[in-house]
Amino acid sequence: MSDSLKNNSRLVAASAAVCAYLWALLHAESQLAVGGLLLLAPLAMWLLRTRGWLAPLQAEADRHPRLLGGLCIAGVLVLVLALHEAHFALLLLSTVLLYTVVCLGMNVQFGYAGVVNFAGAAFFGIGSYTAATLATHTALPHLAVLLAGGLIAAALGSLLIWPVLRTRGHYAALVTMAFGILFKNFLEVNDMLGGPQGLRIPGLTLLGWQFNQNIELDLFGGIEISFYANYALLSLLLCALAFVFVRRVERSWLGLAMDMIRTDEVAAATFGISIVRGKVLAFTFGNFLAGLAGAVYGMMTSYVAPNNFTFADSLILVSIVILGGIGNPWGILPAAIVVLILPEKFQFIAEYRFLLYALLVIFILLFRPDGLLPRSVRRYFPGRSQP
Amino acid sequence: MSAPLLEARGLSMRFGGVTALDALDLVVGEHEILGLLGPNGSGKTTFFNVVTGLYAASGGQVLLDGADITRQSPQAVYRAGVTRTFQRSRLSLPLSVFDNVVLGQTQHLNAGLLFNLLQRKALRQQFEQQVEQVHQLLQTFNAGMADKLWQPAGALSMIDRRRVEVCRALISNPRLVLLDEPSAGMTHDETAELMDDILQVRERLSPFTIVIIEHEMGVIQRMTQRCVVLNYGKKIADGSFAEITANAEVQVAYLGQEEAP
Repeated sequence: MSDSLKNNSRLVAASAAVCAYLWALLHAESQLAVGGLLLLAPLAMWLLRTRGWLAPLQAEADRHPRLLGGLCIAGVLVLVLALHEAHFALLLLSTVLLYTVVCLGMNVQFGYAGVVNFAGAAFFGIGSYTAATLATHTALPHLAVLLAGGLIAAALGSLLIWPVLRTRGHYAALVTMAFGILFKNFLEVNDMLGGPQGLRIPGLTLLGWQFNQNIELDLFGGIEISFYANYALLSLLLCALAFVFVRRVERSWLGLAMDMIRTDEVAAATFGISIVRGKVLAFTFGNFLAGLAGAVYGMMTSYVAPNNFTFADSLILVSIVILGGIGNPWGILPAAIVVLILPEKFQFIAEYRFLLYALLVIFILLFRPDGLLPRSVRRYFPGRSQP
Repeated sequence: MSAPLLEARGLSMRFGGVTALDALDLVVGEHEILGLLGPNGSGKTTFFNVVTGLYAASGGQVLLDGADITRQSPQAVYRAGVTRTFQRSRLSLPLSVFDNVVLGQTQHLNAGLLFNLLQRKALRQQFEQQVEQVHQLLQTFNAGMADKLWQPAGALSMIDRRRVEVCRALISNPRLVLLDEPSAGMTHDETAELMDDILQVRERLSPFTIVIIEHEMGVIQRMTQRCVVLNYGKKIADGSFAEITANAEVQVAYLGQEEAP
């Protein structure tokens, strides 16, 4: 490991720089600081490119995907440590990680199998509401509650998949939109689920560890760590696991089948691939991840309401996948950072922040029409047998 | 003619008021190369689509080696040993040549959820075996193709795309291969080159049965042992290339009344 760190010093240095940048961004409050940091990012990219540093960096990242994964995890851990007292920054970080989990699932749905899903927020919400109901009314261990959030989202998704399978393209998109809107309206009129006011959720307790309590350490004269650090670490774990499994789906015969279904259903069927199975698997897998992340999110915010799961939220999820580069799981994390953190950092311009943020997204897609990190040609076991 | 491998009995396909196949009787012998001819819209491609299960026949039967495969799903027809190419190339362009060819091996690829997600070692073994097999077929088919194994199909020239499509149809050692106008979009010389590849790979691998739709008469003359001519979904001639070109009804169908010599 230390050898690979030494041989890939560029990658390590870049990760450290990104980590420092994120720390500064999460901390920045004043207009000057946020504006300066925003200008710094394209400037740094431009510098990297003109100096010819980008290509070797990409090559290193390509050759050592595990190192890159390790560096990302280490980076988030460092951020959690550095931000240990900042409640809001840690909440934001956890939100980014949980949305990344959802988008990893949506990446399987429409990045691989081509099943559009404009109801991502609904499945996220199903997870939250499941967690709220089960944690309040039953004595189930919370690990089971989280899993149930994923499973129920997957189960409800497998009802929605039938009309989706019978339609194509825009029509399938419309079916999922209708479901998302239906879901929100159902919650608003359903008194058992709290109606428009929503429900309170008790905090997460895993293996006796209470997630909603700040941690006090007797080091250096007493340190207090925000309870959001618990959720950030759990979200990081989920995110890493989701990433590994999404990668495994992609780089397998299942991923091949899904890619074939997306690119040419007729050819896929002619060569024995079951279209229904591929789409159902992708849809269910994605919805499971959305439900799981939703359950954690609900417990973290200790409150769920229909307004958290609107069609606009579904659009945000879709835009993260598109902005990152459809089909590339690596693109999702930077895209989630852009989409979720920037509007918060534009607080000082009040209602103009969404305008500015929208302009920024359009600007990025203008220069990178395939997303921040476009997907490369499919591979299975990169490194040895393949160039 | 040898024992029949594929047999269509009174096969009909209607789309609303249009009759694309009209009580067609057609027999393809085992190991035969049959040419399927006819003017545009005469039902040739419809016949392929009905046989491969993309369309459900309105009437009649399709038998493969005596077994009824009428109205079976495309997946079932594939497993029974029928593969095809398409008139307009149907490759997945963002995917590699390997991916496109190995699709033809679907029946040998373990699609199990747990296998694919958890047993990476076993998957790797299966993967390496398939790489070897695809590489070998490409090598046999055309020596230049083997180097392009990991290129995206979209980066290939038209003739190489056709080669990939044919290899995809051949990799599973099918009993019957349906070639839908392989010359479409290629020059005369390229077509000749592709036909060379197909004939020599057939010689080396196994004498698989071929039905080929083609407009280029040179290809038909060179490749086929027997030809069937369709017009308005009906069979109007059946015989050797010399026989069908001499057939008056065929000449009328192709050239119109006044030009018949």
